[in-house]
Amino acid sequence: MAFESLSDRFSNIFKKLRGQSHLSEKNMDDMLKEIRVALLEADVNFKVVKAFTNDVKEKSIGLDVYNKVNPSQMIVKVVHDEIEELLGADQTEISFTKGGLTTILLVGLQGTGKTTTAGKLGHHWISKEHKKVMVAAADVYRPAAIEQLHTVADQVGMTFFSLGKDDPVKIAKEAQKQAIKEGYDVLLIDTAGRLQIDEGLMEELKNINHEVHPNEVLLLVDAAAGQDSVNVANAFNKDLRLTGVIMSKLDGDARGGAALSIKYLTGLPIKYAGIGEKMEDLEPFYPSRMADRILGMGDVVTLVEKAKDIMDEKEAEKTAKRMMEGDYTLEDMLKQMKQVRRIGSLSAIAKMIPGMPKLTDEQKEKAEREMVVFEAIINSMTPYERRHPEILRYSHKNRIAKGSGLTNADVNRVIRRYEDSKKMMKQMKQYQGKPGGGFRF
Amino acid sequence: MGLFSFLKNKFSKKEETKPSEQEEKSLKTYEKGMQKSRKNFASRLDSLSKRYAKVNEEYFEELEQILIESDVGVDLSLRLIEKLLDDAQKEGISDPKKINELLIDNMFVDYATSGDSIENEIRFAEDSVTVLLVVGVNGVGKTTSIAKLARRYQQKGKKVMLVAGDTFRAGATAQLSIWAERLGCPIVTGKENGDPASVVYDGCQFAKNNHIDLMIVDTAGRQQTKQNLMQELAKINRVLGREIPGAPHESFLIIDGTTGQNGVLQAKAFKEVTDLTGIVITKMDGTSKGGIILSIRDELGVPVRFIGLGETMDDLQEFDLDKYLYGLLLGDEEHE
Repeated sequence: MAFESLSDRFSNIFKKLRGQSHLSEKNMDDMLKEIRVALLEADVNFKVVKAFTNDVKEKSIGLDVYNKVNPSQMIVKVVHDEIEELLGADQTEISFTKGGLTTILLVGLQGTGKTTTAGKLGHHWISKEHKKVMVAAADVYRPAAIEQLHTVADQVGMTFFSLGKDDPVKIAKEAQKQAIKEGYDVLLIDTAGRLQIDEGLMEELKNINHEVHPNEVLLLVDAAAGQDSVNVANAFNKDLRLTGVIMSKLDGDARGGAALSIKYLTGLPIKYAGIGEKMEDLEPFYPSRMADRILGMGDVVTLVEKAKDIMDEKEAEKTAKRMMEGDYTLEDMLKQMKQVRRIGSLSAIAKMIPGMPKLTDEQKEKAEREMVVFEAIINSMTPYERRHPEILRYSHKNRIAKGSGLTNADVNRVIRRYEDSKKMMKQMKQYQGKPGGGFRF
Repeated sequence: MGLFSFLKNKFSKKEETKPSEQEEKSLKTYEKGMQKSRKNFASRLDSLSKRYAKVNEEYFEELEQILIESDVGVDLSLRLIEKLLDDAQKEGISDPKKINELLIDNMFVDYATSGDSIENEIRFAEDSVTVLLVVGVNGVGKTTSIAKLARRYQQKGKKVMLVAGDTFRAGATAQLSIWAERLGCPIVTGKENGDPASVVYDGCQFAKNNHIDLMIVDTAGRQQTKQNLMQELAKINRVLGREIPGAPHESFLIIDGTTGQNGVLQAKAFKEVTDLTGIVITKMDGTSKGGIILSIRDELGVPVRFIGLGETMDDLQEFDLDKYLYGLLLGDEEHE
């Protein structure tokens, strides 16, 4: 049946794969088939699904299958991470013109939510960034579109510009002229919904684009959009050189595969997500959430979390082993601290290290604060310095302190801590197997 | 082919009489509107059957792709292709053109047998005003479809009125009022953000006092996952039934032709609140194929009644399954 969750689909395949230690082309085929179905049910474009599952296959072949994770969970994790990475690789901030007007053109098919989104964007910039925003009504076709935008503009306190049912190109031009004259920060241009194959109306958009040279041209895409979404995005992109996408109606239960399809094929960043009908209901786009959603929501998240935890444990064990062999770097220390923060109980490391104490909440909080300092300092070092802190001289430390916005004393503290830990590691190696060995964070 | 011919005649209602001028015009709108979505499809399937002298596994895979890319849905697509493979083997068919025909026949039978056969036209109540409730998610084209439906029945000599039950979206009442003015039909409106059920109540009183034949009720677009909004719709439904026996006589779900698999969930959720008697699929003048209507029929039995093909009042056509499937899979050239 349709809309089974991915983990349900997998439960049967699990059984077949028990006991296999590597992911191979052969044992992955069934799972990839299920992933393909899941993606198609999420409305990811057919061709994208094909290409994407091939990518995943290549990435997964040869991966070790850990005892506690079954191969399917691992693949879901690979798929999840891959979607997340694909969706989130780009800068999503709107690039505002410093000290001048930023013009933003909103375009899309009918009913994708352009007018509502114009209101939400205006609200966001006015209330959060205290910008002076004007909106121009360039949809002169849909009955009452102008009235709708007017109401929305009044609601959020942005200036409304309209010339009634005049030529949309003229409206955009005049609005921009007035916005510049009156010192506005942002001009939003709301355009009529149109089919990408409507040559007359696409020509009109091209003319607006040509006349006002917008800083951003954003395409609205409905979360429930089907297979055709890529054709729409491609056509708008070809005619207008889009700068990004806004997904609307993500408050429903549509899986939103169009986001992945469009990103995969056009590379356009997804900048915002509409999550309701109220003016506050606009969020930055979160790739990880979108990946959860495309794969079938909640249960997959748990699955992925589980797989991630176990894989982190493996990682931690590896680090611990390496550390005790004396090959311990600042990078290791940072990694370790991050793991402590994440796992809290130090489960993985504790298992490796006899006599390891558990942290109290207070200690954790302190470690958390320290973490921020340590991370800033270590990140300001070159990779070579991180691996060979012994080469650090006064001038290096000065640079690092400056780069991290901290003091030389802080840098020295980090290095002292590192040396202590390293020493302890060596001792621990000798203690290994004997109870009572200590390890301080 | 007994069952198929029977169903086909029943559904297609092909009449041999010469089409009237009005019908001629409507046919042209339909052809023009559907042309774009058909064209690339037609050429694809055409070139597909030309590339293959005999069908093989790959051919079936490509057919599957065509179905999925039309938003038919994976589940139904896979079932259709499986059955096609089966039938082709049993009957020893390997000519690509015949396979295409067989697929269309199968799809036709699947649709025809997945629910009641229903006339496209609105069924009018014998002795009271007939109420049509129009529902759907945001932005699918409810208000525009209402204007088109009103126009259609005005032209058939019915006294039509509108009820502006969307008190939520800014400009929604204004939008419907403009249409009412253009159509020259009465409209009952309420306050912005007021209780839509009370507007609907007022509408019922007006309809009863003014010998209205058809009252069309617009509602706010709502995501089907919003419980409170779905409750509000249930309330509208109750008020209608209380004020006018048997109302709503028809409940149409408007589905955007560009919608993907979520369309099935939309139909499922709205069906729980009001007894959906039909679907109007909109924006079919674009490149989307609207295949989701086949999944909806397959899973829920709700039939498509009308197709929206543009933005003017006359761009509404009766749904013709035969035409739709041929348009979907074969295009104009092969539809003889």
